Amino acid sequence: MRSSVGNPGAESKRGMNLTLRIWRQQGPTVKGKMVTYKITDISPDMSFLEMLDVLNEQLIMQGDDPVAFDHDCREGICGMCGVMINGQAHGPQQTTTCQLHMRSFADGDTIDIEPWRATAFPIIKDLAVDRRAFDRIIQAGGYISVPTGTAPEAHATPVPKADSDAAFDAATCIGCGACVAACPNASSMLFTAAKVTHLGLLPQGQPERNDRVVNMVAQQDREGFGGCTNIGECSASCPKGISMETISRLNHDLLGALRAGARPKS
Amino acid sequence: MRCVTSCLVGGKHGVVLAWGLVVTVEHAQRRTPKVAKTNSVFKKAVMAVSGIIMVLYLIAHVIGNLKAFSGAEAFNSYSGWIRTVGNPALPGQTTLWAIRIVLLVAVVAHFWAAVSLWRQAKRARPQGYVTKKATAQSYASRTMRWGGVIIGAFIIYHVLDLTTGTVNAEGFDSTPYERLVASFQNPFVTIFYAISVILLGMHLRHGIWSATQTLGQSNRRREKTVSAFAVAFATVLTIGFLLVPFSVLFGLID
Repeated sequence: MRSSVGNPGAESKRGMNLTLRIWRQQGPTVKGKMVTYKITDISPDMSFLEMLDVLNEQLIMQGDDPVAFDHDCREGICGMCGVMINGQAHGPQQTTTCQLHMRSFADGDTIDIEPWRATAFPIIKDLAVDRRAFDRIIQAGGYISVPTGTAPEAHATPVPKADSDAAFDAATCIGCGACVAACPNASSMLFTAAKVTHLGLLPQGQPERNDRVVNMVAQQDREGFGGCTNIGECSASCPKGISMETISRLNHDLLGALRAGARPKS
Repeated sequence: MRCVTSCLVGGKHGVVLAWGLVVTVEHAQRRTPKVAKTNSVFKKAVMAVSGIIMVLYLIAHVIGNLKAFSGAEAFNSYSGWIRTVGNPALPGQTTLWAIRIVLLVAVVAHFWAAVSLWRQAKRARPQGYVTKKATAQSYASRTMRWGGVIIGAFIIYHVLDLTTGTVNAEGFDSTPYERLVASFQNPFVTIFYAISVILLGMHLRHGIWSATQTLGQSNRRREKTVSAFAVAFATVLTIGFLLVPFSVLFGLID
């Protein structure tokens, strides 16, 4: 049935026309460049990734190579999606790229889309980068060793409310890499600090607390991330709003651990 | 049995480790791990501690400068006192040289850590963004590195001008007060000093906050206080250092 007058909800709204400038790079070792695309009739209710889907459908229809970009859950919890949008990690809203909607842009806008840029995050293709450096930082110490078996009585290990809240805030990190992308030094401090805080504040994290921080920091240096200069771009672009406090906590733990004689595994 | 779990890094790259199920670590593009020495956080701590030493010196320095308002005699005798403090228990200029050596070590350590971290940052992002928007950084934090270089150059000029008199119009055989007046009567020198001191103020504005973070003494509750203190301290120190040069320039001190 066609929409009738007096039913504004059913009226077809004119979509947005946009100019996209997207980083195209065939592979890790190939030189890339910004390529301009025009896209029309984009609904303001689309997510940013849906807009890219529309572009890719167009490119496929034209026989062109679609733009490669990472994505998975599309509900803001997996951390897979993440691109620089107009020079900001995940774009103008403090959220993940999948949760950013086209209503954050205006009709006629030009949008620059680039991959995360860091030595430790080599480009796979176009906007997709390899973030396994984060996995290796986790492997260096982002875990606790606990005997498995029947779950222990929860009340046997009391955790102060403030600590559990702060630990949980840090645990909301989804490892998307926006902190690295936004940091002028391409440092992964906020990511590592979130993990160190998350585990270090809880009783279960205590046995490995010193080794954890020393090994994780050593690994992030080894991966080729930059050092932290406490500028705060990371926290401002973190979709989960991880605070700079975690970095201070990491520093505190690290200096304490070094004093206590903890040395990284080589 | 023990199992080792890691939290998920995210989606497809996520890992859950268990005995025998360790995800292979790829050894691509690794640098030689000189870990203990090249720990970036340790370098930051060197930066913070050497910075604090220099800030403590600056506090003493600005108080000394204000002696210029008490007249030539007070200023010159203060300058003389610095050279003889501790006498006769300590011979000659022992105290002065002890301070100089501590400061020199602090400057070298600060510079070493800065250059090393600067190079690490360069290596960490060889190709920059086509478009990059700053959302949180302050002008002070953005100018730490080049600002630091300019301040370093200023300090060299400053020592040659007022301590040794090498580049001063009054030359070597003058009193500190004469050198001070000769320098700041030249508006170009005063402006150069003013720019450098304002840069120093901005350097401290970010540096004080950054040192608090680096030494692990900041938290969400203290963040605002530390920032406010950094701004207040940097402002007071900058004004303190600007008072004397401008007073000379405008003839309040001659």
